[in-house]
Amino acid sequence: MPGPQPVAKAEVVSVSGAESEPLIRGGSSHIADRLFYFAMLACGLSVLALVGLIVYELMSKSGLSWHAFGWRFFFRSEWDPVNEQFGAWPFVYGTLVSSLLALLLAVPLAVGVAIFITELCPRWLKSPLAFTTELLAAIPSVIYGLWAIFVLVPLLRQYGEPFLARYFGWTGLFEGAPYGIGMLAAGIILAIMVVPIISSITREVMTAVPQQQREAVLALGATRWEMIRTGVLRNARAGILGGVILGLGRALGETMAVTMVIGNRPEIARSLFAPGYTMASVIANEFSEATTDTYLSALVEVGLALFLVTIIVNILAQVLVYSVTRGAPARGHV
Amino acid sequence: MSESVAASEFAVAPISLWRRGVNAFVTLATALAVVLVLLPLGAIFAYLVYKGISSLNWAFLTQTPKPVGEAGGGMANAIAGSGLILLIASSIGVPVGIGAGIYLAEYGHNRFGDLIRFTADVLNGVPSIVVGIVAYGIVVLSQGHFSALAGGVALAIMMIPTITRATEEMLLLVPNAVREAAYGLGVSRWRTTLSITLRTATSGVITGVMLAFARVAGETAPLLFTAFGNQYWNWKINQPTAALSLQVFTYAISPFDEWHRQAWAGALILIVLIVVAVSAVRLVAGRGMLKGAS
Repeated sequence: MPGPQPVAKAEVVSVSGAESEPLIRGGSSHIADRLFYFAMLACGLSVLALVGLIVYELMSKSGLSWHAFGWRFFFRSEWDPVNEQFGAWPFVYGTLVSSLLALLLAVPLAVGVAIFITELCPRWLKSPLAFTTELLAAIPSVIYGLWAIFVLVPLLRQYGEPFLARYFGWTGLFEGAPYGIGMLAAGIILAIMVVPIISSITREVMTAVPQQQREAVLALGATRWEMIRTGVLRNARAGILGGVILGLGRALGETMAVTMVIGNRPEIARSLFAPGYTMASVIANEFSEATTDTYLSALVEVGLALFLVTIIVNILAQVLVYSVTRGAPARGHV
Repeated sequence: MSESVAASEFAVAPISLWRRGVNAFVTLATALAVVLVLLPLGAIFAYLVYKGISSLNWAFLTQTPKPVGEAGGGMANAIAGSGLILLIASSIGVPVGIGAGIYLAEYGHNRFGDLIRFTADVLNGVPSIVVGIVAYGIVVLSQGHFSALAGGVALAIMMIPTITRATEEMLLLVPNAVREAAYGLGVSRWRTTLSITLRTATSGVITGVMLAFARVAGETAPLLFTAFGNQYWNWKINQPTAALSLQVFTYAISPFDEWHRQAWAGALILIVLIVVAVSAVRLVAGRGMLKGAS
């Protein structure tokens, strides 16, 4: 986008005045201009400073744990605050499994919604549908959690999990007592939360595919679906992947809703019915109760890892979306 | 004669039953996906309104929480606390965010501007719980106790990148000719930016601010160990403060039916607050992003 490049006023004036006296000298408005510039620059710098501060805080406060456990911190399963033994593997595992489960459920739905809204639905339905699906993104995480505790979990306990255990129990993924609370509930609620993000980005990149391309494929005799598959999805796939990764970033860092339904037990089980724990949840639950310095430091180190992973994931997503849309910032619109 | 020959040469072959079937199947499947996604949305809203309204009463809006076992009581202090925290967050986040947006739009067309733009996007993706840790480190630790200020700082950090990028986007929509006209009249640059450019983009900037507000209004994770929560009234910015979202969380995971009831009422109030903010955005945005552009 061509940015405004205002002409520096003083220069123009001095040119018109040639070598003689400029019509308007710097004066008070020149000083005010400089002051204004520095004030705005300070605001811009504060964005840099904030990220610097986040990195500094996380690194300095996690030092104790880093020195005590090193890299092994992320692969040890022991989490014993009493004996000061900390390992983050159960949380890393819980975060990965719940997020991947969420993506598995959310991606087909989100892409389907995006296809329907951009390509198939009647024109008058487009805007209300887009608005309603994105309303999902405006609901606070704690309300998803509340709903999950009192509606989703009882439903899973009574119907969902017994059904899965009976027909898919042989996979080993659906074994054990159906408590309702556990990895499966966390994955489902996360899926509901990331659908609007993925579908919003997918719509954005699909809209960026030129209209002529659709017309060209249709003119070759393709059905509507063949046109979408070969003419639209194929061109937008990098951007769609970007949207999926952006959804992953959101799922990895999501705290409240997951904390409320995952069961909060640092265990690793094959069954999705079993309770688990995520990196964000352990911070939420234990941070204000962490009594010793090492304990607090271990929690901050979990936060640092979470920060680094989400940053990498988000940057990757933005690069991918940018490759399709060329410039429009990669984020959802409400 | 020749025309009809040409027509038959280019006659479209009938689309096979299989291809038509696949097309219909996909259309149906995507429509089903829409239904599947809207189902939880409908369920959440219906349940929220149903449960929330039945628990909502005057006491809920005017009283502080009662001890466990006693019926009644409300979340008045939490509603006020949320207001206080959001006020602190907005008074830090809005000016800084708009300032950074102005910098990017008016002075930031260089490598350094790109760096800030990129950093703002990074900041936007930081998980809220991590922001909580940082606010704990810089405010709570230095004050020695939890406070409304710490909660406000955490939410402000989350507001800044959203407002920055929205402001920049809106200012770039203002045609350059408008700026040049102002310079031509001898208006200084800062005055042009504030009174002409920013003023033209006002409704768009307000949209960005409201979006950021709606995003942080329901945040819970960064408040857990910054504002911390409080059973009583608090108006001091350096004291622990209750917040609506925190109270909903505490009550939701408690084992008491009475508290569950209140959690639903609190959630309803929270969502009404956010929906009002988002609809206000729609209303403002619907009038056009720029003043006089319609």
